[in-house]
Amino acid sequence: MSHESTKATIEVIGLRKRFGPQPALDGMTFTVRPGRVTGFVGPNGAGKSTTMRVILGLDTAEEGKALVGGVPYRTLRRPLRHLGALLDASALQPSRTARHHLLWLAHSQGLPARRVDEVIEQAGLGTAARRRAGGFSLGMRQRLGIAAALLGDPPVVMLDEPFNGLDPDGIVWMRGLLAELARQGRAVLVSSHLMSELEDTADHLVVIGHGRVIADTSVSQLLAEASGGRVTLRTSAPARAAQVLHGAGAITVATGPDTLTITGLPDAETVALLARNGVPFSQVSTHRATLEEAYLELTRDTVQYRGIPAPEATR
Amino acid sequence: MTTAPTSRPPATRPAERDGFPRTLHAEWTKFRTVRGWVLATAGALLVTIVVGLLGTAAPAPGGRGAHSAAYPKGPGGEAVNDSFYFVHRTLTGDGTLTVALQSLTGTADTDTGTDTDTGTGTGTGRTARSAQPWAKAGIIVKEGLTQGSPYAAVMATGGHGVRMQYNYTHDTAGPLSKAAPEYPRQLRLVRSGDSLTGYTSTDGSHWTKAGHAKLPGLARTVQAGLFATSPEAKQNTATGTGFSPAVATGTFGRPALTGNWSQSAWRGTQVSGDAGTSGSYTNTTKGDFTPTSGGGYTVTGAGDIAPVVGGPVMGAGFTVENFLVGTFAGLIVLAAVSTVFITGEYRHGLLRTTMTATPLRGRVLGAKALVAGGIASVTGLIAAAITLALGEHSTRGRGFRILPVTSATEARVMAGTGLLCAAAAVLALAVGTLLRRSGTAITLVIASIVLPFLLATSGVLPPGVSQWLLRVTPAAGFAVQQTLPQYAQVLSVYEPSTGYYPLAPWAGLAVLGGYAAIAFGLAVVRLRRRDV
Repeated sequence: MSHESTKATIEVIGLRKRFGPQPALDGMTFTVRPGRVTGFVGPNGAGKSTTMRVILGLDTAEEGKALVGGVPYRTLRRPLRHLGALLDASALQPSRTARHHLLWLAHSQGLPARRVDEVIEQAGLGTAARRRAGGFSLGMRQRLGIAAALLGDPPVVMLDEPFNGLDPDGIVWMRGLLAELARQGRAVLVSSHLMSELEDTADHLVVIGHGRVIADTSVSQLLAEASGGRVTLRTSAPARAAQVLHGAGAITVATGPDTLTITGLPDAETVALLARNGVPFSQVSTHRATLEEAYLELTRDTVQYRGIPAPEATR
Repeated sequence: MTTAPTSRPPATRPAERDGFPRTLHAEWTKFRTVRGWVLATAGALLVTIVVGLLGTAAPAPGGRGAHSAAYPKGPGGEAVNDSFYFVHRTLTGDGTLTVALQSLTGTADTDTGTDTDTGTGTGTGRTARSAQPWAKAGIIVKEGLTQGSPYAAVMATGGHGVRMQYNYTHDTAGPLSKAAPEYPRQLRLVRSGDSLTGYTSTDGSHWTKAGHAKLPGLARTVQAGLFATSPEAKQNTATGTGFSPAVATGTFGRPALTGNWSQSAWRGTQVSGDAGTSGSYTNTTKGDFTPTSGGGYTVTGAGDIAPVVGGPVMGAGFTVENFLVGTFAGLIVLAAVSTVFITGEYRHGLLRTTMTATPLRGRVLGAKALVAGGIASVTGLIAAAITLALGEHSTRGRGFRILPVTSATEARVMAGTGLLCAAAAVLALAVGTLLRRSGTAITLVIASIVLPFLLATSGVLPPGVSQWLLRVTPAAGFAVQQTLPQYAQVLSVYEPSTGYYPLAPWAGLAVLGGYAAIAFGLAVVRLRRRDV
């Protein structure tokens, strides 16, 4: 299956929105491209869900626009055939069966009942589809939400926290599914407040905080930048080592009783400098940042303000 | 449907116009796949029927008219009272009867201790007094002696002057009707084919037309002569309105005849055998006629020649709307279901999914209104049809009469009940959209539709307040079920407590429909403007 690349995009351009005095979206701008999984990460309250609601036309932005396949979502004739979204897996009428939930969605798009059975199969709902959705575990609800998102075979898929409530098997399944959707040429936007969930999933990352994009980059680039040429030094004389390194213009941070993290000086020069000055050291290693660390680094500023009530209407 | 202004720029308005059936299909699927809603709808149907049947499950009547299987029907199909004392001869072909009415007097029973405005108590509770306002005496031409047969009559009344009346529902005021009655008063009725014309005169030489009637297909041979009758005396007391037996006595001069009249003597007949539902003889009177010394006659009678109306004068019988008394109960259930149809989506966050599938919010609400209204309408219609069929069969079997209505009226009542339920459902849906909370929305809808209806029709409020409620609240919609006729020439208690609504059937429904339309319009505006 292939999708026209122009159809398989989400363009978010300069969105601004306030909830009371608090800006929820503050110039949010990014593009989701086809053929890859774009991770949408940021702390709770950063504006992920609000952005997604604006993309879907559920919320209005005071400024800016959001386009799906080049047009506003609200102008789409059968929107679920253009964008499949999972916002809130618990948004279900409890006494309606999973199959009937998908059936009314299918009818709203002029899709046949056969398509319902296909996505039930695809999402692994199986016989549970004929049970009332009110009795579903969160994991089953996520699968039902995925089935609903895939119903219209859309070129764009947008999932808000899809890993929530999934058991380890489910997480593996979800990762495989996301990769498969991207491989089919779809644009996939997946939000999470935990970078670790996206570590092996996302090809591209949009990191946000305070309603703004902090980083819009590939995963490998982000890791490289986050590592930032930092060097970890293990030494029995940390004070002496710090003094010597400062003299060479490096910045050091004591990260343990006998450990320093050095920024601004490559590892080879660090070794040479210490040796020249007779500072003992047992280990010099280039720091390899994890995605989680890179993310924490990026969002540290935004997290500092967590004391302020989070503007995002989280569920 | 109200097209509400929207704050959204035109660019986000859709070009598509053919998507509504899909949205409607989706909303219908939503409704039918929640078992509780389907069961509640069935419950609404059932409760309407059961309450209707229980409400008309009175034991067999013991009052007057209990033995009659049905009300007599006039030429127009309406239920009529046709009870009067008739002094008649046979007239074949065209002819004229002229007579002087020398006096019209009356006698009425009054309850002991009742504060009546006229007359002197005799200690027996009976008071001789002037004739009742609609006591009648005069000349009548009638196709036969059977009740409900076509007639035309020119008459003097106790309080409304000379009238020309025909075929029960038609009443024309004659000349000088406002003036005080002057006696003797000359009356003349001319028959020419199927055309009858009444005249009146104060001097016997200058005649004024009182009215004209055309009785299509009137038989060539008719009964014609003098008559007198009186409906019961209506008395307003501190505790309410009462009716008590009354008779009227007309004293006539010698009748002058032209045309081909039978040669037999005048015969006296109490038409219908008794005084009907709106009249009754006092304990010491009966219908009779006696010759006077001047060749005239004194005629005493009780009853009325008029359509049957509601209220105490209706006697033991049911109206079509009596069977539909359970509508309010079904309405409560339907309103609750319709409210939850939208508030449930708010509660479970499902409205976002709905709006994602159909970004046109007005279209979503329109589809919901059509589904909720359509289901309520069909439920109301079926409930009405079943209840009427069962109820009429059951009450007839127990010896009750049912006020006949035309099939058009019956169809209007059934369709109107459906539309009443539909409008209430749409109102409930709209209020639910505006308030977003099931409990408050359902309470508000019930308080605005059902509560005023129950207060107004139960008679606990003064009539003026009841009528006001049934004009300005959504409860006005219940008027669409009314079949009871109201006639100025028949005294009764025309109040909500006796089944009379201040607004005409469709006007009342229009009030409810207006509320529903306004609420729906507001709901669309709010839904469009609000983030969901």
